[in-house]
Amino acid sequence: MQISIAVIVLVLSLIVFSIFYRGLPSLTWEMISQTPKGGYYFGKEGGVLNAIIGSLYLAFGATILALVMGLPVAMLMNIHLRKFKKLVNGVRFLLDLLWGVPSIVYGAFGFSVMIFFGMKTSLLAGIITVSLFILPIMIRAIDEVVKNVPVGLLEASMSLGSNKSQTAFMVYVRQCSSAIVTAIMISFGRAIGDAASVLFTTGYTDSIPTSVMQPSATLPLSIFFQLSSPIQEVQNRAYASAAILTIIILIISVLSRIISNKYNKNKIS
Amino acid sequence: MRFLKNEKVLNVFLYLFLGIIIAMPVLLVVGLFFKSESVLHANSLSDLLFSTEWKPFQGKFGFYSYIYSSVLVTMLALLISVPICLFAAIYLTQYAKSVYLKVIQPVIDILAGIPSIIFGVWGILVIVPLISHYVAPFFGIETAGYSILAGAVVLSVMIIPFILNILLEIFKSISKELPEASIALGATKWQTIKYVILRKAFPGIVSSVVFGMSRAFGETIAVLMVVGNVAQIPNNIFEPGYPLPALIANNYGEMLSIPNYDSALMFASLILLVIVLLFNLAARMLISRYETKI
Repeated sequence: MQISIAVIVLVLSLIVFSIFYRGLPSLTWEMISQTPKGGYYFGKEGGVLNAIIGSLYLAFGATILALVMGLPVAMLMNIHLRKFKKLVNGVRFLLDLLWGVPSIVYGAFGFSVMIFFGMKTSLLAGIITVSLFILPIMIRAIDEVVKNVPVGLLEASMSLGSNKSQTAFMVYVRQCSSAIVTAIMISFGRAIGDAASVLFTTGYTDSIPTSVMQPSATLPLSIFFQLSSPIQEVQNRAYASAAILTIIILIISVLSRIISNKYNKNKIS
Repeated sequence: MRFLKNEKVLNVFLYLFLGIIIAMPVLLVVGLFFKSESVLHANSLSDLLFSTEWKPFQGKFGFYSYIYSSVLVTMLALLISVPICLFAAIYLTQYAKSVYLKVIQPVIDILAGIPSIIFGVWGILVIVPLISHYVAPFFGIETAGYSILAGAVVLSVMIIPFILNILLEIFKSISKELPEASIALGATKWQTIKYVILRKAFPGIVSSVVFGMSRAFGETIAVLMVVGNVAQIPNNIFEPGYPLPALIANNYGEMLSIPNYDSALMFASLILLVIVLLFNLAARMLISRYETKI
């Protein structure tokens, strides 16, 4: 049984180690400060700045959109619809189902909707698709904590004359701030790392997008495309890009841990 | 925050967002069905599902070899990861000090947060050479390493955090009195785990496996990178396969130029969606029945 634990820990360290071992030697300042120049995919100079910026745009956009839609729904389920237990549990059930839907299905769905409206691959289409994909994660992560806030807080707030929305967005949001930040971090990590849903919808370019209607490169796809090149130099850059993505994910993971620990100290229950 | 005072306007938005979420699953199924209708008209359902003939130019779309690969990779991945998760969960909740769990939890969370493309790169760097240089020669088989087995190993690592997290929750939720009663009656620790805890947790274990299964079934990029992508019925696990999600992802570029091709790929997504929804539904049923029992 101890072996199984050892396997899990070993595998994680092996993943991180092997990515860094191959990626870090080829990781230069040029890689993260320049967009691909002509002949980049044949081993000439340039970097993956377009993919890094594109991924950050996409992840920020999708996370904000998912938060704008997700936070109100999580509050609605627990405050406004508090008495309708069956309905709320039904919605939770649906969200869990949606959570399990693979991202490629969202990608294919987003793509067919795009065709229907005559849209081209663009940052906006990517943001909408990815936000749909992370929405269930966001809502369930917030809901899980809002659910357990003592009823007393709601009663106290209502008895002081505030309405349900004020209670939700001024009292509960503050009470659950650490959970909300954690939910944002998890969703952001999901959004920045997902490749299958942006494959269809966001497209790929070598320049940094200047508007949401333009296609955009993303880090996972950039890794994927560089890795399929037969040239060793380009493959090394793929490993370097993978190291960049891993660093971003590790930073997010550590950051969310620190933030949630910090905010957890001043809580009622 | 003045706008919060006027609840009527705000409520419209709140219920609108809720409505969108409730409509999402229906929209997904209906949208994909609508798109795959033309291929369903041209081919019969049994041809689509059980034929291996894949000739897009002649309008023949048989998904059997893709479905077969998907099922094989998924089952193999479960075979690797379920025992590891089960032992790890039993050890962490029954034997180890609670400090261990505090150390392991971040490891599980980080593993769950790593993007699938990174797993794919790791698969190419470590698993593929390992299989082609060491594992396959051991069985006397020559292979490039891009195989069903490589896909399954990468997948199994990816689903470990999901399964393990659910298992930990389930083992933690079993009340303390049950094992105590069993030990008071003279059973050993291992007997208690085997006959009391595992029996009590059984529906939960099944549902965690089903969750892992649906996760594995829909995983795209990581599997696509290591599985070899050859449409065939593999004879052994060292041969390459071509799972459904990989098919969809690999052909999105050219699918608009061939008639019915896009429809066929949308049908593939529909199959994925329906299977995953059914898996999830079954797992949820099992878990909810189990929760009411305690």
